[in-house]
Amino acid sequence: MPKITYIEHNGKSHTIEVAPGMSVMDGAVKHAIPGIDGDCGGACACATCHVYVGAAWLDKVGKPSGMEESMLDFASDVTPASRLSCQIKVNADLDGLEISMPPSQH
Amino acid sequence: MSEALPQRIVIVGAGHAGGEAAARLRGMGFAGDLTLIGEERHPPYQRPPLSKKYLSGELSLERLLLRPPELYAQESITLLLGERVIWIDRPVKRVRLSGGREIAYDALILASGAKPRRLPLPGSDKSGVFVLRTIDDVEAMRPLFHPGSRLCVIGAGYIGLEAAASARQLGLEVMVLESAARPLGRVTSPEVANFFLDLHTHHGVRFELGVHASAILGGTHVEGVQLADGSILPCDAVLIGVGVKPETDLAQQCGLAVEDGILTDGQCRTFDPRIYAIGDCARRPIPLLGRTARLESVHNAIEGAKIAAAAILDRPAPVLEAPWFWSDQYDAKLTIAGVLDGYDQLVLRGDPKDGAFAAFYFKDSVMLAVDAVNRPAEYLGSKQLLQRNESLAPDAIRDISQPFKAIMAQARVVPAKA
Ligand SMILES: Cc1cc2nc3c(=O)[nH]c(=O)nc-3n(C[C@H](O)[C@H](O)[C@H](O)COP(=O)(O)OP(=O)(O)OC[C@H]3O[C@@H](n4cnc5c(N)ncnc54)[C@H](O)[C@@H]3O)c2cc1C
Ligand code: FES
Repeated sequence: MPKITYIEHNGKSHTIEVAPGMSVMDGAVKHAIPGIDGDCGGACACATCHVYVGAAWLDKVGKPSGMEESMLDFASDVTPASRLSCQIKVNADLDGLEISMPPSQH
Repeated sequence: MSEALPQRIVIVGAGHAGGEAAARLRGMGFAGDLTLIGEERHPPYQRPPLSKKYLSGELSLERLLLRPPELYAQESITLLLGERVIWIDRPVKRVRLSGGREIAYDALILASGAKPRRLPLPGSDKSGVFVLRTIDDVEAMRPLFHPGSRLCVIGAGYIGLEAAASARQLGLEVMVLESAARPLGRVTSPEVANFFLDLHTHHGVRFELGVHASAILGGTHVEGVQLADGSILPCDAVLIGVGVKPETDLAQQCGLAVEDGILTDGQCRTFDPRIYAIGDCARRPIPLLGRTARLESVHNAIEGAKIAAAAILDRPAPVLEAPWFWSDQYDAKLTIAGVLDGYDQLVLRGDPKDGAFAAFYFKDSVMLAVDAVNRPAEYLGSKQLLQRNESLAPDAIRDISQPFKAIMAQARVVPAKA
């Protein structure tokens, strides 16, 4: 199973296995990793699953959709590496993916 | 707080609000006994996909669950499933379960949700007649959800329409009956309702508006719906989607105040200081609305859980969000911020014909809410404005040559009401 490393804003790191087909948000919520809320459950309706994709992974993860991009425009502390983690589907190519978290989701 | 913090917390109802409350309490460091009691056999799960991607088969049961089942044991949360709380003994601070067991509490959270309303129609006990609230409801209807099967949805609210869209995706023939002249009458404006009416009609759903079902026909299984005018609409399955009733019996039995929802203060506390009520079953003051409200939404379930957990553990109250909600039908994503009750002006930004637009609702020129279809900027931007108690001039909004963020820069703080 692909392994994903989540780094909390305070630097605490968690590496877990996430089944292909799940989203990066699902992985965090299902393992009670703090810092990603995912209030809407991945419906792209809450923007509480904001993460930064590790520099080495930006190309593999790809660009956000227009919808997601508009949502991100209203999140705080946005950078070019920002994504909504519920919109990143895990697959074998993302094995080793590293993401980090913004100071807050609200 | 003068009293010692509670050592034993019991949560009645293992749904979205109850599940969140348990997780929040442990997340905030509560180390005492924590018991979560749920009548359903499933651990806490999300209901929104039930009428959307779970019904259409795109989402697995595992992904509905709020958290994996093993996490409850890992966090020493006693999860009692398939058990109903049947009695609250307030003087001795105990709840009694259907199996006879009794559990003592220092703090009790009522998160019992709501139950679908039934219609007193002759024949509604036939097989093939469904409501849509639980995983088990969906599993029961699945065998009839195959291509060519004819579904009759009674009630054109969000859940009914979402189920209609999912059923069309699965190849069913779908008919929607509604007693009002328009779908979504209780929850949105005619403008937005007409957009969804056109959308469904375009996808092949047949509407019968302004009609009353008078009976469900058939042998042991449903074969059709009879209308008050005597006409008969043949079908293989009926879904009744006419709203919910808050689950307040327990609260009533033990003498708590109930008025379409268990009444609480802004800390989600009932007048018994040891008992809290959150989620669909509860009614609390919502400062942003300037009144009390019983909301039925994921936002409200999560927010209630946060408020109650903080109040019980004597922590600072969370920052409140503007109410928000969403609905997915075909490729239309409706996102809603605020509550439109009592609006006197509607301003459209964008054209519904283009499949992406937002309806802004005002009262006395102050923004109350927005319904945004495939317009995330208008939704999230307005949600932030509402939260900051800011409003836009109705006229500024229409100009779609300007990005919404640029328009937001003109927002003004709403003067506080006397
Ligand atoms: C099909 C559907 C689609 C929806 N779509 C959306 C959406 O898109 N967006 C949105 O924001 N909201 C949506 N909602 C609403 C949202 O799911 C609810 O507001 C939310 O689930 C409320 O959470 P709750 O915990 O208060 O109640 P529930 O989730 O209903 O949980 C209450 C639980 O308590 C149990 N219970 C009740 N009484 C007892 C008792 N005495 N003892 C033990 N257990 C008891 C019940 O069995 C139930 O499991 C939808 C709801 C449905 C049904
Ligand atoms: S979980 Fe809500 S937008 Fe990602």
